[in-house]
Amino acid sequence: MKFPSFEYACPASLADAVALLSEEGDAMVLAGGQSLMPILAFRLAAPRLLVDLKNVPGLDTIKISAEDVRLGARVRWCDIEKHTGLSAAQPLLAEAISHVAHYQIRNRGTVGGSIALADPAAEMPGIAVTCDAEIALTGKLGERVVPAAKFFLGAMETCIQPDEIITEVRLPLWPSDRCWAFKEFARRRGDFALAGVAVFYDVDANGCAANTHIGVIGASDRPCRLGSAEQIINGAFLDATVIEAAAEAASNEIEPMEDHHAPADYRCALVKTLLERALTRAMA
Amino acid sequence: MTSGMKRGNALIGQPIERVEDLRFLRGRGTFVADVNREGQLHAVIYRSPVAHGLLRSVDAQAALNLPGVHAVITAQDFGADVPVIPLRLQPLPELVPFRQPMLAHDKVRYVGEPIAIIVADTAAIAEDALDLIDADIDALPPITDRAGAELGDVLLFDEHGSNSAIEWNAVRGDAEAAFASADYTRRETFKVQRHAALFMEPRGFVAEWNANEEKLTVWGVAKVAFANRTILADTMALSENQIDMVEVDVGGGFGSRGEFYPEDFLIPFAARHLNRPVKWIEDRREHLLAANHARELECDVEIAATKDGKIIGLRGQSWANIGAYVRTNGSIAPRNAAQFMSGAYAIENIQLTTTSITTNKTPTGTYRGPGRFEGDFVRERLIDLAAKDLGIDPVEMRRRNLVSSDQMPYPLATMTPFESVTELDSGDNHALFDQCLAEFDWSEKVKLQGKLIDGRYHGVSIGCFIEGGAAGPSENARIVLELDGSYTVYLGSAAVGQGIQTIMAQIAGDALEVPFDRVRVLHGSTSHVKSGFGSFHSRSTVMGGSAIVLTAEALKDKIRDAVAPTLGCTPTEVTLDGGNASGPSGGVVSIMEVIGEPIEAEAAFLNKKYTYAYGSVAAHVAVDPKTGQVDVLEIGSTKDVGRMINPLTLNGQSVGSIVQGLGGALLEHLVYDKEGQLLTGTLADYLLPTAGDFPNIHSTVVELKPSPLNPLGAKGAGEGEIIPIGGIIANAVAAALVDFNVEPLELPLSPPNVWRLIETAQKT
Ligand SMILES: Cc1cc2nc3c(=O)[nH]c(=O)nc-3n(C[C@H](O)[C@H](O)[C@H](O)COP(=O)(O)OP(=O)(O)OC[C@H]3O[C@@H](n4cnc5c(N)ncnc54)[C@H](O)[C@@H]3O)c2cc1C
Repeated sequence: MKFPSFEYACPASLADAVALLSEEGDAMVLAGGQSLMPILAFRLAAPRLLVDLKNVPGLDTIKISAEDVRLGARVRWCDIEKHTGLSAAQPLLAEAISHVAHYQIRNRGTVGGSIALADPAAEMPGIAVTCDAEIALTGKLGERVVPAAKFFLGAMETCIQPDEIITEVRLPLWPSDRCWAFKEFARRRGDFALAGVAVFYDVDANGCAANTHIGVIGASDRPCRLGSAEQIINGAFLDATVIEAAAEAASNEIEPMEDHHAPADYRCALVKTLLERALTRAMA
Repeated sequence: MTSGMKRGNALIGQPIERVEDLRFLRGRGTFVADVNREGQLHAVIYRSPVAHGLLRSVDAQAALNLPGVHAVITAQDFGADVPVIPLRLQPLPELVPFRQPMLAHDKVRYVGEPIAIIVADTAAIAEDALDLIDADIDALPPITDRAGAELGDVLLFDEHGSNSAIEWNAVRGDAEAAFASADYTRRETFKVQRHAALFMEPRGFVAEWNANEEKLTVWGVAKVAFANRTILADTMALSENQIDMVEVDVGGGFGSRGEFYPEDFLIPFAARHLNRPVKWIEDRREHLLAANHARELECDVEIAATKDGKIIGLRGQSWANIGAYVRTNGSIAPRNAAQFMSGAYAIENIQLTTTSITTNKTPTGTYRGPGRFEGDFVRERLIDLAAKDLGIDPVEMRRRNLVSSDQMPYPLATMTPFESVTELDSGDNHALFDQCLAEFDWSEKVKLQGKLIDGRYHGVSIGCFIEGGAAGPSENARIVLELDGSYTVYLGSAAVGQGIQTIMAQIAGDALEVPFDRVRVLHGSTSHVKSGFGSFHSRSTVMGGSAIVLTAEALKDKIRDAVAPTLGCTPTEVTLDGGNASGPSGGVVSIMEVIGEPIEAEAAFLNKKYTYAYGSVAAHVAVDPKTGQVDVLEIGSTKDVGRMINPLTLNGQSVGSIVQGLGGALLEHLVYDKEGQLLTGTLADYLLPTAGDFPNIHSTVVELKPSPLNPLGAKGAGEGEIIPIGGIIANAVAAALVDFNVEPLELPLSPPNVWRLIETAQKT
């Protein structure tokens, strides 16, 4: 489990980093290294060059404004956890991220690394999709902004081009009276979840749910929204019957993968249970 | 028996903190990866990528051409006779065909089987070279389970004609007659999943060949250094005194580390071949493929009882999936599963057979409580099933069947082949059972049985176990009284994390009647004592400790002899007190001043009989019926070890053992696909218990019945509470889910498996 040999660069600006990626066809970005180092040790990748982002300025800030919340790519899980404003500004995000990995990994793992890695069970991509986040990328042609729903293409697959660097994740404004919940199930604390659901909705003038967003992780090859369940909730007055129907719809909608961690029918049942529990929680 | 040590010792029985810990906590341990020799090279092993196939050729040219690569060694380098791993325990002729060659040469039989060894300037270069090795293998269909093995159309060993290697039989009384006359019988099939000891520090070796002196030194041995030296001498055509095996710090063993594996030969061979020191450190993925697996067992077992719950018979058949070869101790778990299935219970009539079945998976070996964890799962489940059927309280059912003190010595079933007769001696099962119930507050907790509270069903269970220990034949100790008046104790036992430096110093201090800090313990390496056996079968404290007691007596006799003339008395009249000796007339002399040079004694403790520790374990679980998650709310255990050397380290053994058992009951599973590829090759996939998973565990250890078999009165206690955990947790889950009529018959009780049980029960 020794790394293949590679060159290492530690550019001091985003432009230099992009230039290195563009020149060198066979380069990879290094952020917290919590996933990339094992990938190299297992020799699942053997890039010629690693471009470390640690000296690129401006990527490690959390900006809360009147329009949105912007997480720099190099913001770490522990930064989110310790931030005093986020639990009010983006409570669903803060709650979800509290489930990521273990103490040591949380001190290094980053938002950009997780989004780029696109693990189907990862929390950050799930929140990005659930919350209609936008992902900002900079490449040799300049910046582009991709909606999270279009960003993830499959398991460990995204639309990032080889010369591009994720700079920021932008989460839209969060009304303070929004109802929300996050529930996941992992075998041990800190493990990747077998499945997880993120839920929010607003309550309209009649006391009914509107603008419902339900995202699921770990249940298919990428994080996704559960439209059929959202439809059942939208316009409804939440009670046990509605919740049960939505949860049933959710478990019918997903086509989970089957692996040695869990069979597909278990994951369907799990998503149903988690959504029931999340909606019950959101309602309370 | 030798005179027992006096009670009321100064050190034995004291909760002395482990002297090892300060070094470890400060990062000052020396593990094998910390050993470096000048000019050393690094080895990696090229392992079979397929589970089953004919090995046609190995082309290493491209690898050899890589700068920094010094050698690629294949079986061809061994000449006509490729050495094999011998059978250390139960060396039956029937098992000879299934021994593992040090490198595969005609056939590969599991993913991970060593095919070649690459030696290079660095481990990274050697790993680069791995990709350049081209092994030409004609794949054969892989056999991964019992069903596939029994078809017999594909054979691992063609000459043998069957995939079944051997049958182990445990017999007591007349099972057939008992079943014919029984009021009640129940037959069920059970499965225990493949998992492993998984010690935290992977294996490794540094080997150095001194060509001038023709001497070999090997660092990184553990557990059985002396036996491994004999094997290494045989396979490398050296004499034992040409080899030094050096024990360094070890990060856990649990039965698996220290057995002789291919690498135990390959690394020393490479060092001599190249005349350079060679280092190999196993990585985690490699460890999961290469070190012994354990536990995979299917059972079809039937219980017979009278209508008032007296168990009168146990019979049936088990199949141990032993993997591709029989390594050093590959017969222990299958045979134990049969002989010890009756455990602490007086079951008069037994007819149990285990068949060892070869498959294209990693070979299996012992893991803490080998065969016993599996057998106890079956028995404890059967007792609860029978109790339920007969309408008897499971606690009462156990009480009625435990071997009582006045039934002891109580012979267990006799094993064949490699006949073994053993008996339960000197214990009080009923007292321990009642103490466990009381300390666990059973009468209160049992009220929660099957109750749904905040979305989880609660269940409690209790079970009993025996732990065999103190395997013979002997252990050696040597004690030297040094010039400065301190004592150095050299011991054949090995440290595998059990704190023997501390425990042995306590025993030596009391035996020599000197303070703890006057004793230094050195152990494990082959240069310390003439011969030794090491650490397995919960034997170190009993065997090594007793050897110290005998050696201390011998040394004291020598000292008395030496100082008696000066004191003007007979040796028996001499009184020793620390560094001084006195005679009956009151004269006092300093021992060292009289003797003037170090004085030493060496002695061996011999023992043929096993000690048995007895105990009970109770569990309280809560099951989420929607997710299938089993939360362990509490575990309490009570155990009698005869004589406690150090309550602190003993408690550590108990709690650790329980947690390890919970890993096997709930989390750990080595999953293979149909092609014989291991799917759980990292610790993200192979789930170990972590520090926060099972916070509420307590153990009580008592000294009820000292062992009559050794001067300490101690019984082996290193395996212990892991033994019944699978059965107890499954019983607690069954109790929790009584409304669903769920009866778990397979481990692990993972969330998907428990969920499936509930789903299936609800549909029927
Ligand atoms: C034991 C363990 C448990 C874990 N559990 C969880 C969990 O429960 N939930 C969870 O979500 N994650 C979990 N993780 C993953 C962890 O959160 C990782 O840190 C994270 O997924 C990757 O972040 P990183 O900063 O370490 O990225 P790195 O490892 O440095 O990089 C990962 C990948 O992203 C690319 N990359 C990194 N930054 C950028 C960027 N700005 N632009 C473009 N590409 C980039 C890299 O090239 C690489 O391909 C776990 C990891 C471990 C080791």
